[in-house]
Amino acid sequence: MNKDILICGVGGQGTVLASKIIAAAAMDEGNSVHSAETISMAQRGGSVTSHVRIGENVFSPLIPFGSADLLLAFEPAEAVRSLKYLKPEGTAVVNTSATMPVTESLRASGYDGKNMAEYLKTKCACIFVNSDEVCAPFGSNKFFNIILLGIAVGSGKLGISEETMLKQIAQRVPPRFVEVNRQAFEAGLKIGKG
Amino acid sequence: MHYLFPAAEVNALKEYVMGNAALALGALSAGVGLVAGYPGTPSSEIIETVSKYPHAGVHVEWSVNEKAALEVAAAAAYSGVRALVTMKQMGLNVASDPLMCVSYVGVKGGLVVVSADDPGPISSQTEQDSRRFADYCRIPVFDPASPEEAFQMVQDAFELSEKYSTPVILRPTTRVCHAYASIEVPETYAPKEAEGFVKDSKKWVIFPRLSYLNHGKIEARNTEIASLVSGYGYNSIEGSAGEKAVIASGVSYAYVKECLKGHPEVRLVRVATAFPFPEEFMLKALSGVKEALCFEELSPYIEEQLLKLAGKYGLNVRVRGKLDNSLPHNGEYSVELCASALSRFLGIELGLEQIDISDAPALPVRPPVLCAGCPHRASFYAVKRAMQGKKAVFCGDIGCYTLGNAMPLDMVDTCLCMGAGITMAQGFYHTDKDSVCFAFVGDSTFFASGMTGVANALYNEADIVLIVLDNSTTAMTGHQPHPGTGRNMMGNVVDVISIESVLKGMGVKTVLTVDPLEHEAAVEAVKTCAAQKGVKAIVFRSPCIALSKPKGKCLVDADKCIGCKKCVRELGCPALTVKDGKVFIDRNLCTGCALCAKVCPANAIGGEAHE
Repeated sequence: MNKDILICGVGGQGTVLASKIIAAAAMDEGNSVHSAETISMAQRGGSVTSHVRIGENVFSPLIPFGSADLLLAFEPAEAVRSLKYLKPEGTAVVNTSATMPVTESLRASGYDGKNMAEYLKTKCACIFVNSDEVCAPFGSNKFFNIILLGIAVGSGKLGISEETMLKQIAQRVPPRFVEVNRQAFEAGLKIGKG
Repeated sequence: MHYLFPAAEVNALKEYVMGNAALALGALSAGVGLVAGYPGTPSSEIIETVSKYPHAGVHVEWSVNEKAALEVAAAAAYSGVRALVTMKQMGLNVASDPLMCVSYVGVKGGLVVVSADDPGPISSQTEQDSRRFADYCRIPVFDPASPEEAFQMVQDAFELSEKYSTPVILRPTTRVCHAYASIEVPETYAPKEAEGFVKDSKKWVIFPRLSYLNHGKIEARNTEIASLVSGYGYNSIEGSAGEKAVIASGVSYAYVKECLKGHPEVRLVRVATAFPFPEEFMLKALSGVKEALCFEELSPYIEEQLLKLAGKYGLNVRVRGKLDNSLPHNGEYSVELCASALSRFLGIELGLEQIDISDAPALPVRPPVLCAGCPHRASFYAVKRAMQGKKAVFCGDIGCYTLGNAMPLDMVDTCLCMGAGITMAQGFYHTDKDSVCFAFVGDSTFFASGMTGVANALYNEADIVLIVLDNSTTAMTGHQPHPGTGRNMMGNVVDVISIESVLKGMGVKTVLTVDPLEHEAAVEAVKTCAAQKGVKAIVFRSPCIALSKPKGKCLVDADKCIGCKKCVRELGCPALTVKDGKVFIDRNLCTGCALCAKVCPANAIGGEAHE
């Protein structure tokens, strides 16, 4: 299997954990994996990306433009910013809930992400999800990354089984949070399967 | 496997790790006995990895700065212990004094200096190239293109260092440091046996005569090393012979390999050891070549070596790269940039089909900002309010608090290098006595290079207000401990060095300690200090919100909010946004610092239970 998965969002949203779990799950299924993270000043509320490259014959730590099979976007404008990485026939899973940068609040530009979602629809296959809505039953948006993994697996575009992913999630969260993360993952699966 | 020297057989475990961790594990595999460094992106995780893995018998420390780290390590290496020093490229400037000297003196145990370069730059002040430092100090340098290579090269670097009694630089770049890959690592680690320090003042005491003699030996040795590394597996030639060759080094090699996946015929020459330059290897690689294009980030180091080589041996080769504008001098390289340069050079079409986003709506800009609830915001805001309408200069420094420059705070007028804020404030005072000159410094930076600046201010009679932003950690680089935290990397609880005591001990007469979230008290403290002569200091102490439990959440009473947006305009907290003309607080970000509640003129913001 050769798959490139680009994860994008805003520093602090949990993109790094999502990328680590995908990498671990892909390796658990016998694949060679390389990945790369944005670890810098950008973690303080800037645009961040994680690159996961599954398969052999991979050299660049970053996914080349036009090569990602799947784009997992924690924020609608970040999805547009990272769209150049996606293959024309690739799929984008996009959170429609916008994160307002301070600069936009100061300008009162009215950015709310809606035009981003509309634009994305015209460019590629999209699965939209609203983090505030899907996370409401779990009491915190911190579960969104696990829900997103559920959507990615459920959509069949990730090529990793439910069992492997769930196993890796369970290994990476504190024991008392395993059950709630399983529920979050399953909520995502349902959305991904449509 | 391309070890420069034969490697021992070991039982191995497979680990999926970051490049920095691979480097640390490589050093442990090589029997490192002492590891020292100062945090700096992209190098910080090397020392953290050493401390997380079993490392019995290894001394590991965050030193107060890079110069201290290299000197601690040099003594270990004099004693025959293998020593690793880690830093970002800016740190090599700080460590350059001992580095240059230890190059002349030499070592007994292997001494490897990791200087992580940051093309872009992504989190640095400069785009300097550590390979130049290697050349300048006349010490060998290794340039890995991946985490796997970093793991092996650090082991080769130790062998080479010991064989030739020279420090060696290992120069990864951000994309190698922060890339992840699977590597096979030994199950156990043990420091290599060391003889201990053997006194010999003719060897270990640097004097002009010794330097003169060693200078000659260093140049002779480097010719030998150039010949040795000409046979190094990572200095490689791929593809078929032809008139055009592609030369690449570091992560640019990975980008070029990615571009040339479908073109194995292209002659690709990879240089992993920039200094001493592997002449014999390169002469072979350039055989029959009429045109060579160099891919290397930062400076055109290899390109210049090729030009020298062509002159020295009368080669008929046109050398291309940064110097003929085939490639940019500045910024990070990428697969796309390499693909387009390669397409032009080779006359073949490279690169993938992309979604056209030229018609995308305007994207919101998203510069990094101080976190919601960050106590630095409160400190800057207190100083800003206290100095409203007064003439003042605000000298910043290196750390999260550099972000105090952003609107709406706009409280950082200068930022140069570690510790410079304190000394620059003095320069501004001496040239403009009407301004109140402020220096902001973080707790870790204070210990790294702030204290000497305070002594300078006292001695040379500067009037400055020193603001120490003490959040009890080195936050920007990932929360490393420092002398003010009472913990060290050996896992021990140690005496806290009190910043207040240091300042008072030096002779600073006014030293105030205030919680910046106590807003009115903070403003008063600033006013008090600004009105006094001499060196005055305020320690604004409040823990980094990433390390402390949130106090709660703030809420806006929509009925009371008059929509003036003063909180948003004054503070620029990322948790504050505007919805339908009213301010709204993002519960996922808010830490309950309540600074906004103190700013609100309508008393509309309160805690969790606010009605």
